[in-house]
Amino acid sequence: MSEEGAALGTRLRERDLSAAPAALNLLESIAPEDLREATALLAEVSPAALGGEAPAHVIGITGPPGAGKSTLLSSLLHAWRAGGMTVAVLAVDPSSRRSGGSLLGDRARIEFDPADRGVLIRSTAAGDRLGGLARATRAAAEALAAAFDIVVVETVGVGQAETDIADLADTVAVVVQPGSGDVLQFLKAGIMEIPDVLVVTKSDLGEIALRTRRDLSAALRSLGAAGTKVVAVSSLSPPSGIEELLTALSEHRAGLDLPSRRLRARREGALVELAREDGERAVRALGGRPGALAVLERQPAGLGSDALARALREELRS
Amino acid sequence: MSSEHDPRLAERDRPWMMRTYAGHSTAKASNELYRRNLEKGQTGLSVAFDLPTQTGYDPDDELARGEVGKVGVPISHRGDMSALMDGIPLGEMNTSMTINATAAWLLALYIVAAEEQGVSEEQLQGTTQNDIIKEFLARGTYAFPPAPSMRLIADMIAYTVEHVPKWNPINICSYHLQEAGATPVQEIAYAMSNAIAVLDGVRERVGDRGPDIMEQVFGRISFFVNAGVRFVEEHAKLRAMSILWEEIGRERYGVSDARHLRFRYGVQVNSLGLTEAQPENNVQRIVLEALAVTLGRDARARAIQLPAWNEALGLPRPWDQQWSLRIQQVLAFETDILEYPDIFEGSKVMDALVAELLDGARSEMAVVAEHGGAVQAVPYMKAALVDSHRERIRRIESGEQIVVGQNRFQESESSPLTEDAEGGILVVDPKVEAEQAAEVARWRSERDQGAVDDALARLAAVAGDPASQDNLMEPTIAAARAGATTGEWARTLREVFGSYRAPTGVGEASAAPADADLEELRAQVSQLQEKLGRRPKILVGKPGLDGHSNGAEQIAVRARDSGMDVVYEGIRLTPSQIAASALQEGVHVIGLSILSGSHRELIPAVIAALQDAGVQAPVVVGGIIPDQDVAALRSAGVAAVYTPKDFDITRIMRDIVALVGEGSERPAVAVASANAAGNGSA
Repeated sequence: MSEEGAALGTRLRERDLSAAPAALNLLESIAPEDLREATALLAEVSPAALGGEAPAHVIGITGPPGAGKSTLLSSLLHAWRAGGMTVAVLAVDPSSRRSGGSLLGDRARIEFDPADRGVLIRSTAAGDRLGGLARATRAAAEALAAAFDIVVVETVGVGQAETDIADLADTVAVVVQPGSGDVLQFLKAGIMEIPDVLVVTKSDLGEIALRTRRDLSAALRSLGAAGTKVVAVSSLSPPSGIEELLTALSEHRAGLDLPSRRLRARREGALVELAREDGERAVRALGGRPGALAVLERQPAGLGSDALARALREELRS
Repeated sequence: MSSEHDPRLAERDRPWMMRTYAGHSTAKASNELYRRNLEKGQTGLSVAFDLPTQTGYDPDDELARGEVGKVGVPISHRGDMSALMDGIPLGEMNTSMTINATAAWLLALYIVAAEEQGVSEEQLQGTTQNDIIKEFLARGTYAFPPAPSMRLIADMIAYTVEHVPKWNPINICSYHLQEAGATPVQEIAYAMSNAIAVLDGVRERVGDRGPDIMEQVFGRISFFVNAGVRFVEEHAKLRAMSILWEEIGRERYGVSDARHLRFRYGVQVNSLGLTEAQPENNVQRIVLEALAVTLGRDARARAIQLPAWNEALGLPRPWDQQWSLRIQQVLAFETDILEYPDIFEGSKVMDALVAELLDGARSEMAVVAEHGGAVQAVPYMKAALVDSHRERIRRIESGEQIVVGQNRFQESESSPLTEDAEGGILVVDPKVEAEQAAEVARWRSERDQGAVDDALARLAAVAGDPASQDNLMEPTIAAARAGATTGEWARTLREVFGSYRAPTGVGEASAAPADADLEELRAQVSQLQEKLGRRPKILVGKPGLDGHSNGAEQIAVRARDSGMDVVYEGIRLTPSQIAASALQEGVHVIGLSILSGSHRELIPAVIAALQDAGVQAPVVVGGIIPDQDVAALRSAGVAAVYTPKDFDITRIMRDIVALVGEGSERPAVAVASANAAGNGSA
């Protein structure tokens, strides 16, 4: 890598969006020299270096294939840009192939102005990794959150990806299409974590969309999660529900104790990172989840999840 | 032999209608070409429109760049249509127009041009292709989303049945499905499912207008098919289609009149099988394919257009097209095929072949029906076609399927046919684009703007109300009369209907069966990954308006199967889109595919945009790139150029891996086509 990690991190901290592509190249690399530079980059965008939490609203958007996530994202992008917000989208493809290769088609489905420097879309493959995120997604989201106003992490699935996304996003929105009973069942059965916002797409379908919305609201109430907003949107012209969704997302963010949610997210993120990269055995060696959390709680609050994961590994070696 | 055993027909059959798919540069130049073709014995016209006209853009639109007058004639307004048909009596001519997303508009211009000749619309004869589902599946010149596109088609059919009764408002195209890799079974099943979707849509719109209406509508539906070089099976395919069609008419739509139940089709024979290597062999292929659609009287084509021998090299010249017309004339006038009744009647082999195809097609149609019909099943059908095409390429690569001159018998003397300065193809004067852009601007400045604004406002009002009983053809014809342009008509509807991107089919395509070559390639990709620190990432896309994405899709799927991360961007990309994607995605290499002849303008524009964005990744280019253009592309910064003779995609992948490996230092660009880029025309 020609550009040093620290310099890229500094540029991101100064909200220089043009540093983002090179920063992502670095964060995705596992070449030993790049890993060192990535550490330096992440240190520059840690809460300690920023003097507080990164400014972006980090939003997880997840849902089954065909639910309308890309179309929804197109509408959201349009609305955010109209409001002057800069947006980064990290689109994670779930496909896992024996060849290891992947086809990343999301970008083609999201509509945006290619000349607009305020939007960045980056596609990555989750590969064989469990949890629905790619190896570098968490680090990428933390780094971009220093520079952009909105960071969206888009994943595919229901019941698998939300846990990891919840440990990384401020707000998790699950997207479902009308008539999809599986989400309802997953919610009731507790297989799926309760999202912060539920989005029912294709509300132009009428009665079936209304019924889905009612059923989801009822299920959430019975689970004691009446605070989760259910928003119905339609992207057919004229689009509807987007304003309501934007409000639901920002209200959720405004209602958060952001520093404690982010701190918890970084600690959980570090734990997940250790489990994914080094295996559950490593977690057990630290005394399981409670033991590992105890180690994490001793660390300074301003460390990024990458530094926290390193602290866990150091604890293992000691 | 007594006369009652005379195997001959009492009277020799009349030949089919003979056409040449033609049009280029300007309306005036194309009109001259048409008149010459008619003098040579051509009996109908087949209009090729350029890509901006097909997708609804005027010549001065940014998206039209590099494409004006290339693969067909630009028609922006009624003045262009009148110039195109100047001196051709529209009351007598039978005109086929390869036009889909903008079919309603071009028919409106044709009706207005006829009015100017004093010919009323009920006298007009011809065909608008108007098959949008296959545009989503295979050809890519769609403009609006599926639902409003189907509404436009239904309205056009309803309008023509009433007002232009001799017009074929839609040609259900299995042609492009075969070009996209369809097997005969898929070709039959998807075409029939497509026809059902159209007919159901029309029935919904006009079904309440009396019991006869579906009878008439059914009778106006015709097909546009393909025929490959396996001409015995191809003939069986057409017999199977005619049996299925009659069955659908009787059972689904209650049609009883035998004339209306007849399977009527026009044909352009196969372009996919035409080779760039030893292109003279394509003549034999075309002749044999023409036999597939003429030999048996029970399933003989109504109209035929044959591709030119040099299609895989570039745009054919008038002389090349004349050669193809003469093939038809020799068949019709010198041979005896028109003297007999159906020569396959009672053939056990033919009957068994037909039965086998019918079985396969019926079960595949059931799968499409389970998906909710052809419109809903577009993603399923697209993925199935990508799979079939991949299998076809695999067979050619492995030598299981022999292609003479390409994967066998490659040794060749040098060809005198391609020795002239342009390499034996037509090159459109680059001045055409600027002239046409200026011309359309002049047209806009000289018309009654108030009348145009009113007509477009009326169009928007009707289009904006999905429940409207008003037929979209009426405001469309009014706008044509007022002098609106193609770009204005399409923009008005895009604003109301929204825009759309069709599924690419590549995400769902199944993995290639691993063979030794692919395993070796995967090992090379892994090594490269070690070196790069990340999985090698490639951007594959098509700049410009060309929608023939079969080749790009095959490159994308093979790159994935060899272990790369592939950002597949699909069709209709601007240079700035490609540059932004390459930068944001951090790709190591960029593969661009172009088949429309616009590479001379578009590839240098893409490279300039990449440089502006600071992207260092090499570029490779594939497509129908004439030999004499390769050097110019290389000097513009393209790292490698692949053409249809590069049929081995695994080899292309090895090149790309090597290119990325050698050059994190060296900026370059490669464009890949390979046979995978297909030779598709029409």
